Amino acid sequence: MNSEHSTQRSGAAVGIALAGLIVAAVVGTMVARGRWWFPPLASAQGRAIDALFLATFVIIAAAFILVQGLLAYFVWRFRDRGQRASYWHEHRALELTYTIIPAVVMTALTLVAAGLWSRIHSAPPAGALVVQVRAEQFGWKARYPGPDARFGRVDPAQYHPRRNPLALDGADPAGRDDLVVDASTRELHLIVNRPVEIRLSAKDVVHSFFVPGFRIKQDAVPGMTTSIWFTPTQTGQFEIACAELCGVGHYAMRGRIVVQTPEEYAAWLAEQAAP
Amino acid sequence: MAQRSAIPLLIPARPAGGNGAQPPGGEPGPGPEAPAARIQTGLWFLLVAVAMLFVAFTVSYLARRTAPDWRPVPLPALLWINTLVLLSSSAALEEARRRGRRGAGGAMRRALGLTALLGGVFLFGQIAAWRELAAAGLFMRTSPHSAFFYLLTAVHGVHLLGGLGALGYALRRVAGAPQAAVAVTLGAVAIYWHFLTVLWIYLLGILWV
Amino acid sequence: MAQVAHAEAAHELSFWRKYIFSQDHKVIGIQYALTSLAMAVLGGFLAMFIRLQLGWPGQSWPLLGRLFPGGMPDGQISPAFYLSSVTMHGTIMVFFVLTTLLTGGFGNFLIPLMIGARDMAFPFLNMLSYWLYPPAILILVASFFVSGGAAGGGWTAYPPLSALPQAAPGSGLGQTLWLVSLAILIVAFLFGSLNYITTVLQLRTRGLSMLRLPLTIWALFVTAILALLAFPVLLAGAIMLLFDRTAGTSFFIPAGLLLGSVPVDHAGGNPLLWQHLFWFLGHPEVYILILPPMGMISDILANNARKPIFGYRFMVGSIVAIAFLSFLVWGHHMYTSGMHPLLGTAFMTTTLVIAVPSAIKTFNWLATLWQAKIRFTSAMLFALGFVSLFVTGGLTGIVLAQPPVDIYFQDTFFVVAHFHFVMGAAAIFAAFAGTYYWFPKMFGRMMDERLGKWHFALTFAGIYLTFFPMHYAGFMGMMRRIYSPALYAHLRGLAPLNVFISIAAFVLFAAQFIFLYNFFRSLFRGRKAERNPWGATTLEWTASSPPPHGNWGEALPVVQRWAYDYSPPGVAEDYLPQGAPAAAPIRRGDGDGRREH
Repeated sequence: MNSEHSTQRSGAAVGIALAGLIVAAVVGTMVARGRWWFPPLASAQGRAIDALFLATFVIIAAAFILVQGLLAYFVWRFRDRGQRASYWHEHRALELTYTIIPAVVMTALTLVAAGLWSRIHSAPPAGALVVQVRAEQFGWKARYPGPDARFGRVDPAQYHPRRNPLALDGADPAGRDDLVVDASTRELHLIVNRPVEIRLSAKDVVHSFFVPGFRIKQDAVPGMTTSIWFTPTQTGQFEIACAELCGVGHYAMRGRIVVQTPEEYAAWLAEQAAP
Repeated sequence: MAQRSAIPLLIPARPAGGNGAQPPGGEPGPGPEAPAARIQTGLWFLLVAVAMLFVAFTVSYLARRTAPDWRPVPLPALLWINTLVLLSSSAALEEARRRGRRGAGGAMRRALGLTALLGGVFLFGQIAAWRELAAAGLFMRTSPHSAFFYLLTAVHGVHLLGGLGALGYALRRVAGAPQAAVAVTLGAVAIYWHFLTVLWIYLLGILWV
Repeated sequence: MAQVAHAEAAHELSFWRKYIFSQDHKVIGIQYALTSLAMAVLGGFLAMFIRLQLGWPGQSWPLLGRLFPGGMPDGQISPAFYLSSVTMHGTIMVFFVLTTLLTGGFGNFLIPLMIGARDMAFPFLNMLSYWLYPPAILILVASFFVSGGAAGGGWTAYPPLSALPQAAPGSGLGQTLWLVSLAILIVAFLFGSLNYITTVLQLRTRGLSMLRLPLTIWALFVTAILALLAFPVLLAGAIMLLFDRTAGTSFFIPAGLLLGSVPVDHAGGNPLLWQHLFWFLGHPEVYILILPPMGMISDILANNARKPIFGYRFMVGSIVAIAFLSFLVWGHHMYTSGMHPLLGTAFMTTTLVIAVPSAIKTFNWLATLWQAKIRFTSAMLFALGFVSLFVTGGLTGIVLAQPPVDIYFQDTFFVVAHFHFVMGAAAIFAAFAGTYYWFPKMFGRMMDERLGKWHFALTFAGIYLTFFPMHYAGFMGMMRRIYSPALYAHLRGLAPLNVFISIAAFVLFAAQFIFLYNFFRSLFRGRKAERNPWGATTLEWTASSPPPHGNWGEALPVVQRWAYDYSPPGVAEDYLPQGAPAAAPIRRGDGDGRREH
């Protein structure tokens, strides 16, 4: 058993360690804020996501400081100094209080998040640019519908790894103007402030289309088409990362998105059309 | 002997009055239960686990069935005969228990042997049904229906094999054992065996329809 | 009496029947615990590979390259070996360490002793349960040496990656062996659960009603029910995945897949079905891993604070509520999976609800410390550390619970930080606390307290320094299971952070050898332990240290009170054991809010 002196020391040490933990967590997070933080926001609905995260962060930071602080304080204050512990072990009102307060906070978060979630998964606005993106081991291939705004049929029999990686049916006139872009070796182009719907599919295994700057992520699942829509609000280059383990090249499954003004985009399109 | 309920009340009575000399938790605990209740409890929870396994398979099966490309394959009529065999084995087991309760040791053991025999016949019948399917060119990979058929019958069969093992064990244990112990052992085996019979009928139902 | 005669007959048992194929729950518990310890060392080494690669991607380690030529050609960790390390680290730690140690180790050892029973309800089944564990280990470890190496699809093994052997080297025979090993271990868990449930329901000694049970037992009991209901579902999934891999079925593989240019000859399956089946176990599994710790910590806190656990009934209610709700939250692992968004809303609701009983427990632990008399044994230090770590991990869960925010964090290191705090830190701390606390009962000797304090200090600091910065990596968007983040512009600044984490991890791993040294040295040279060195109230402390076969002599203890009569009022002693007869007459008016028991 501890000697009394040793208990005093241990109590102080643990209390200090926990207090130190709070300080380190706060300081570390402040340091991180400057260098290891979210990439700059570049999409419209990302704003609400960032706001919801910030609100949640404030709540959990407060809870962290409160609970770790209470722990530190109690551990130091009630270390064995020869006192007898109190037999107090029930207090309905207190227990109900710390049942109800977390319940209220959780309910509020649920309601806000549910609203945002349904907005994220609402139908894309009319006039949104539609791009098909197919994930594969280990890259991203995109297809634009072209001026006729229709995607041509797909015929698996016509698949060719280099000449026809998306297995487009050459006989379908709607597909003649489709534009296929390899988003890994080149870039997927989008228009700033124009909503875009990305329809995802996968060629082989489950992948996940993650663009940190836009705050979007959606799994690309073989056998189904999943979709997300968003509105880029900044021009520039953004990275696509695969966020679902898909094999040994998972770490190299990088893609690029370029967001351009309408004029730049039109110029790019014209370039692609030229032979 | 008077047997307590296998699942004792989990929520003991509230202490009368809220303060004073009442010990927390209300009534004092029951004390260690007799082996019979123990085996029964263990068995019922075992059935819960086996049931959950088949719930998972059922959910997977139903999810697959609702897909537009579902095309059922014809299942061999032999399965109905196998079903009768399995039902008979359950009947034989009940007969064994009846004889056991009346103290007719020899007849009881014969009935147990018949149960095991019929169980074995069932399993052979299942394998025969598989071979019939294979002869018709229907393998696990052929269609989702055949895949589930082989899967569900195989898993059920493995559990029935375990049941045969239990029967063998019971046959050895009841030799010369007191009537009460015999009743407990056979009761336990019966719970498991009848469960597998009912399970089979359920599986046949969802596979056939 | 029959039981004593049986106990005496135990002396006639051969060495094999006494120590190897024993049916004594104490031996089985220790077997589980020691085997789990060995697996923890293996899992820890795999973590070192991961951190080596993430800290210094592209670096060559010639010495290691000579030891592991297959996985480290030219001394560089290959991507396949990295993914196998990640997969096996997770698999081993979750199933082969935490589950086996907490339910198999502590569960087996403690349940009969804490309820006043001589052994489990089904000792033979219990022995069988343990002896399925080594074969499962052998099969799992063998997978490292087969062509293609160990499974590399993550501990989550999502198909089609895990279903198609050509999809990755780690999807070859290694993945099949992984599935077989897991199936065997699941059967072991089910046998164990049958024992724990039946024993708690049927073998409690006289006077021990359910509401007088220590929280350790409530937690182990409810956990066993969770396991019984949840593991069969993963077993079903594993069987179907095995058939997809070997029998050409398509439970999880849809039509039209191309691997490279090669069409895949499967059709009609759904990858999401696996995810649902896996997480239907996977989520309750993490509660299987946190509930026994919560129970054990409650008892250890109360004992070292010399104070009853605060809010016993709410604690029991929370355990039950958490267990029940744990079946309703699995979809929060699948927000981005492509499942219907309404499901996401439903699962978010249940997930945020489950935070409430966890909060109740946390505040009850704090309240237990209020006006306590805290002594800082090694067990208590780890118990306090548990509370801190659980709070940290639990709070980040609130971020992940909300789908709009989870979109960003799913499959990033924020998730890795979260689950390491709750499982890899908090649950492990409870295992350490339990070891320091019950070691005297298990082995009749005391562990060294000074080494224990060093172990605590280094481990507590090491865990925070290793895993807290991972949240920041998650903020940046660093993905999971990434062989190297260096390719991504948005992750460029991460290198110093990853180096820091790796160094902290090495120190953390090294510190565990203090524990190993302490554990094994104390087995042989520790100070002899008395019957009840901690002055604890629960029944196991009335047996000798260690208890004989049959746990007690002629008479089983009889329970007179609940498990938390520490510092009872009106009594000179600072605790009353559960089995002690009623104390001095109770005086009324002894203070507000204090119920006399």
